[in-house]
Amino acid sequence: MAWEVIRKRGAGGRPAANLADYDEAARLFSWAEAAKQLAGLPGGQGLNIGYEAADRHVAAGHGDVVALRSLARGREPLEYTYRELAERSSRFAGALAGLGVAPRERVFTLLGRLPELYIAALGTWKRGAVLSPLFSAFGPAPVLARMQIAEPTVLVTTQKLYERKVAPIRGELPFLRHVVIVGGGDGGLGFDSLLAAAPADFPVARTGTDDLATLHFTSGTTGKPKGAMHMHGAVVAHLTTARLALDLRPDDVYWCTADPGWVTGTSYGIIGPLCVGATVIADEEDFDAERWYAILQNEKVTVWYTAPTAIRMLMRAGAELPKSYDLSRLRFIASVGEPLNPEAVVWGQTALGRPIHDNWWQTETGGVMISNFLSMDIKPGSMGRPLPGIEAAIADRKNSHVEIIREPGREGELALKAGWPSMMRGYLHEEERYRKCFADGWYLTGDLARRDEDGYFWFVGRADDVIKSSGHLIGPFEVESTLMEHPAVAEAGVIGIPDAVAGEVVKAYVSLHKGFTESEVLKKEILAHARKKLGPAVAPRDLAFRPSLPKTRSGKIMRRLLKARELGLAEGDTSTLESGS
Amino acid sequence: MTDNDIAKLVQSALFAVAPDLEGETVGPDVPFRDQFEIDSMDFLNFVIALHKATGIEIPERDYPKLESLDKAVAYLKAKGFAQ
Repeated sequence: MAWEVIRKRGAGGRPAANLADYDEAARLFSWAEAAKQLAGLPGGQGLNIGYEAADRHVAAGHGDVVALRSLARGREPLEYTYRELAERSSRFAGALAGLGVAPRERVFTLLGRLPELYIAALGTWKRGAVLSPLFSAFGPAPVLARMQIAEPTVLVTTQKLYERKVAPIRGELPFLRHVVIVGGGDGGLGFDSLLAAAPADFPVARTGTDDLATLHFTSGTTGKPKGAMHMHGAVVAHLTTARLALDLRPDDVYWCTADPGWVTGTSYGIIGPLCVGATVIADEEDFDAERWYAILQNEKVTVWYTAPTAIRMLMRAGAELPKSYDLSRLRFIASVGEPLNPEAVVWGQTALGRPIHDNWWQTETGGVMISNFLSMDIKPGSMGRPLPGIEAAIADRKNSHVEIIREPGREGELALKAGWPSMMRGYLHEEERYRKCFADGWYLTGDLARRDEDGYFWFVGRADDVIKSSGHLIGPFEVESTLMEHPAVAEAGVIGIPDAVAGEVVKAYVSLHKGFTESEVLKKEILAHARKKLGPAVAPRDLAFRPSLPKTRSGKIMRRLLKARELGLAEGDTSTLESGS
Repeated sequence: MTDNDIAKLVQSALFAVAPDLEGETVGPDVPFRDQFEIDSMDFLNFVIALHKATGIEIPERDYPKLESLDKAVAYLKAKGFAQ
């Protein structure tokens, strides 16, 4: 079914937008000009994300603007002005220095959307240390795997999360010198007392554009998670894309629902909106349809950045529900994480009064690359057009070269011309895997897409076996390795099964060792094992037994074939299939 | 069906979704999400499991009424399940 284009030119012309005219903006844009929008450290002494996000607004006389309104059940909202955020993050930087944490050391956070997350993030950057946010729904195994790669010296978490996820693996983290506990408690140093004892005017580290700022872990098809490295210089992309793709302005009340453990929660939960100077709403609670509508209404949210899974959950709750809330302040809705189905885009228009603007990017790109814009017509189901300053193309990968497909409508791998400011500069300790992402000056995204005759891009699927569930990338290998630790499991193959709400859900297929019998009890036991180790966001939601799994002659599970068989799809090339599987 | 029976049914729906919780003591008045490691998808699957087990239609806006064991039991009873 063809969906009608959502036109943006009404009787009054296009809506006033930061990006008023796409074609003109794309033609005139330069990153060098965009960089002039940054403050830079006073006296031309460098560039620091923490300073750009908080201190610059204080220096510009906007210190009393509310930077953060933190919501949680059972307490009044907590407010922090830009001045308070600048001061507390300086104290955190000073506290790190007091603990002997040197610039470039890694500081991990394992936190929900608490105010302390923002303080710790900005403070880590202001110390010149490297921030790596972890997802608080990770189990101990993903936490351990990521820490062993980056060897953080500091972890900031809560006592509850520490007990559940870190205490069981503490002995395997010899590099971790300090645990800072938000709210205080056993297991580490109290966050508040550390801050209270630290100087309020600790100087901002003189970092430069090419100094490592942030490490975001992502999952590949094989092997360990990859720590994508992002520099302080990426902040120009965060600021620019927040303005152009999210249409953010200083007087906006902005709500990003992404978890801080994923790249969106950092780039657009923290950096982008604070650099713009907007007021950020942060809610500690999980999804709840009525609570969310109440937040949009009561906080007078103007710009809202959320995810397809959340939107589909709101759709389940019905189009009647939002009618009992005043959403008149909401002027722009955006979504990211996985392709937003056209039904959801149009639902936004009918139920919320505004279409939902899908955009596309990934951990490696650091910021939004392809987007639907406030001023641009929406083709429901399309991810939109490349940001000004970004060159995107459809490519055909040929060994170490690429051929760019110019013809509209042809499918291929989505490629981006390398060199934009928020592009990852490496996977930590994985030079080879990093190099494989590039060919002939293009970054190859691993996503299959096509571009239509109007220059709009359409997502087709993943080029690899990575699973996209609730907007999060899940590496099948990490899940399979954990399943294999169970004594009954001989082979494990993990694939994504289409799901109406989450996009895909993780399903495991296992074959058993001799002496073990398939049963509902064993199925639950293996699933329980996986959930305990991996956490609910990564562990399989379902499991099926199979006598054997399709594998190559070298013994590698052929997930693509497994998926084709289980979902009844075409099996494709099976020439490397082991006979008898 | 006694309250205790309904509570058992609710717990088994929860354990079906999150088998790692099997055997855990479920605090009656604390939201499941505050006690255990379950996410939004788990909660959705839990509600679907409850619907399957009881035949009761549970609209999404009622989900918060199922956030703890006591609340879930009260909700199912109010919907006439106890008979």
